[in-house]
Amino acid sequence: MNTLIYTACLGLFGLLAEIFNLRKYLIPILVLGLAVIFSLNLQTWNNPQTHFNGMLSDSNFSTAFSGLALFIMLIILILSGDFYTSTDDEKHISDYMAILMFTLCGALMMFSFSNMAMLFLGIETLSISLYVMAGSRRFELKSNEAGFKYFLMGSFASAFLLFGIALVFGVTGTFSIDGIGNYMRMHADKLDPLFIVGMLLMIFAMLFKVSAAPFHFWAPDVYEGAPSLITALMSTLVKIAAFAAFYRLLSSCFVFALGKAEIILTISCAATLLVGNLVALVQDNFKRLLAYSGISHAGYMMLAIISIQGSTDSALFLYSVGYAVASLAAFAIAITVFKATGTESISGFNGLAKKNPLLAASLTMAMLSLAGIPPFAGFFGKYFIFSEAFRNGWQNMVFVAIISSIIGVFYYMKVIVAMYSKPANEFEIKPTFAYQMVIAVCLIISIVLGLYPCVFTKLL
Amino acid sequence: MLTLILLLIPLIASIIALFLRGELVKWFSLVATIVQLAFTVYVFTVFKTPDTTEVTKNLLSLNIDWINSPKINFNIGLDGMSLLMVILTNLLMPLIVLAGFNRNQERTHIMYSLMLLMHFALIGVFVSFDGFLYYIFWELALIPIYFISLNWGGVNRATVTLKFFIYTLAGSLLMLFGFIFLYWNTSSHSLSWVDLTMNHICSCKQGFIFWMFFLAYAIKIPIIPFHTWQPDTYSSAPTQGTMLLSGIMLKMGLYSLLRWLLPIVPMGTAEYTPYVIAMCFIGVVYASVIAIMQTDLKKLFAYSSIAHVGLIAAGIFALNVQGIQGGLVQMLAHGINVVGVFYCADIIINRTGSSDINTLGGIRVLSPRFATYFIIIVLGSVALPLTNSFIGEFMLLLGLFEYNSWAALFAGLTVILGAVYMLRMYQKVMLGDINENVTVFEDLKWNEELVLATIAILIFAFGIFPKPILELVAPISEQIYRLSFVR
Repeated sequence: MNTLIYTACLGLFGLLAEIFNLRKYLIPILVLGLAVIFSLNLQTWNNPQTHFNGMLSDSNFSTAFSGLALFIMLIILILSGDFYTSTDDEKHISDYMAILMFTLCGALMMFSFSNMAMLFLGIETLSISLYVMAGSRRFELKSNEAGFKYFLMGSFASAFLLFGIALVFGVTGTFSIDGIGNYMRMHADKLDPLFIVGMLLMIFAMLFKVSAAPFHFWAPDVYEGAPSLITALMSTLVKIAAFAAFYRLLSSCFVFALGKAEIILTISCAATLLVGNLVALVQDNFKRLLAYSGISHAGYMMLAIISIQGSTDSALFLYSVGYAVASLAAFAIAITVFKATGTESISGFNGLAKKNPLLAASLTMAMLSLAGIPPFAGFFGKYFIFSEAFRNGWQNMVFVAIISSIIGVFYYMKVIVAMYSKPANEFEIKPTFAYQMVIAVCLIISIVLGLYPCVFTKLL
Repeated sequence: MLTLILLLIPLIASIIALFLRGELVKWFSLVATIVQLAFTVYVFTVFKTPDTTEVTKNLLSLNIDWINSPKINFNIGLDGMSLLMVILTNLLMPLIVLAGFNRNQERTHIMYSLMLLMHFALIGVFVSFDGFLYYIFWELALIPIYFISLNWGGVNRATVTLKFFIYTLAGSLLMLFGFIFLYWNTSSHSLSWVDLTMNHICSCKQGFIFWMFFLAYAIKIPIIPFHTWQPDTYSSAPTQGTMLLSGIMLKMGLYSLLRWLLPIVPMGTAEYTPYVIAMCFIGVVYASVIAIMQTDLKKLFAYSSIAHVGLIAAGIFALNVQGIQGGLVQMLAHGINVVGVFYCADIIINRTGSSDINTLGGIRVLSPRFATYFIIIVLGSVALPLTNSFIGEFMLLLGLFEYNSWAALFAGLTVILGAVYMLRMYQKVMLGDINENVTVFEDLKWNEELVLATIAILIFAFGIFPKPILELVAPISEQIYRLSFVR
């Protein structure tokens, strides 16, 4: 809970910085603040508590995911220093930073909600901040389109969620997840149809938020149009937050009722895997490619959701960490390349190996990790999720996931081939110091976790 | 402990190589691989000491917990089969490094670092006794060779290497599925090799697992119809890459058949053996016929390699002691010979600029010493008595005869066809009148002579005195046979 309050304070500080003319020092102060909050967050480990009359509750699950979210935001902040350099950006930097902090607040609520109201509040705080950020390049048509599209579609999903919550409340008479869980356990053999409908509506809303097929259509356009850094944020923090909330919602409220939703979740999982990987094959825009790759990763994470009965939270967490560090490294490199070449197409990476071998090697590692090739964290996360899904009897889904991984390798290799075998373009590409550090840290974490994943396998 | 050192020497060398530059990298890599070879000889003597007390056993194997859940151990060790493959790898590596001297290569430090990294991964594949660990090394071996072929390869390399990468990775992922399947279907929930050979899964599931693993190995070996990546990759990869691929990497597939397929799903294997042997023979004849029609030197050798390994795979699937032992001996022999022929091809292509055998001829007159080495290697690969392949091929034929006399007939056909295309190639390239394309043929340089002489000596040494190798593989062949025997 303290984590949430302090983060909100940082957000307020961001707004006030405008008044006190602290713009220049804003990012370093926020980075420092987040680092402190990160260490404070660790204190809630093995110390479960409920706050605000059971609205929020800390658990190891929420601590672990909050730590990850804080880490991701820390990286995004470090990257934003060299990203927002135009005069228009500098005018609004304090607004941007404040909104980023509120995004984080939303995510933190989604990790530790124990009341449906808090779930809705968390998702809305996160989403509304993102609608603004996606459209924050005011003079770019695509950014406007992204913000508007995301807002319209997201509002629909929120309405679904709200309707679902209302129906479940109508049946159970409570918003608390413990109360709903108790109702579900007591009436497991004979659930009220309204309860089922409510659950399905909430599941649809969550599938939208995690960009699972067939609710994924917003993702590529929004990812492409939004500023690259915000795309990085959406594909890491937002996706992980949505999955954590999804997991928490299903495991605490609906785990015995899932038999009714099984077929929907399974089809969605298979469709997400195949659509994400197949459509990514034909993308030329790197951000769009990462968007579809993100959809396919949502498919792998859905494996943890469908095998939720076997408590797959460790697997989900490990996968999230591996995915986040690899994606952040990839985005840090991509932003550097976009900036130097002025294009977001894959051809911008042509011949990168000749101009900056180290950067090319780093992107190669990030891509291999995303493709799930050892010895990177992405591989072990994938193995762990496959293994857990298999244990819970989803052999066929694991097989589908294996086939789609094979397809997935194609487009990750496309980038690598462009870097190593295409003739170089004339642009000078050199990441700034902050970017170098971020790339190095992310890749080191990826390799260490790939070689020694036991830190996280028995965590939750 | 000794095994761990075998594993660490190439890894450390690979990291150091990154920081060296120019010619120094080549010398450093040579020294590192020779140290590794010397250490292998020492390990071999330890292995051969008759008393197998606890002390020796502990010297050779290492088993520490790595990941608790799912249970994965860092379990490495050496038995006759592993040691044979380690010897092959460490014998060939100095030769492969030596082959790069007197050649201009860009960014040498990265190339040699990748080669040494590959060396590390290959040793890892051969000494792993835990399925998961083995899988990691198996995948790790793919990455360096992919980049070696992509960066230093010939024409059309991007497409060809991508096909190679995707093809082999597809096989590996199926194998990963197989391992997950095994993990949750055995009672012990462990992927340790010993456990897997003790606790077989129910026979109804063995057939499925068999195909998951077999596809991965069939792509790697390659067995027809999964071979389409191979000829292009061999001809477009740089010579040292081709030597690594054909000499050592395809042995990973054959070795894995014996280690991770036959003893683990014996019933599944027994069920599908006839089909697999049929596939092998179709492949062998098909590849031989293409090799006879082939005019490109490197492609000819690539197809001849498919034919030879097809025979080895068939012998292994005959499922008797002679077949398995012959397969093991032949793996060593084929590794040495195939590196030899590809190096000869490289010397010819490098000097004449042509790989079409119709535009070559009469090289013998210009460079008699090269002609001598080349004929020794050619005779070695057609399995003339007193050369190394003869023993292996003889035992393979014996094993296949015991399985089925018709099979032996087909296998015999491959030996004859092999002689046809190899000798025809030699005649066209080396003998006859000097072709106008080949007016000058520079004599062998010191490193080329050293590599070829070593290979020639090895061909005769193992051909005349195969006893140590036979003794090394006899007990393990018995063991694998017993583990994979179902009646």
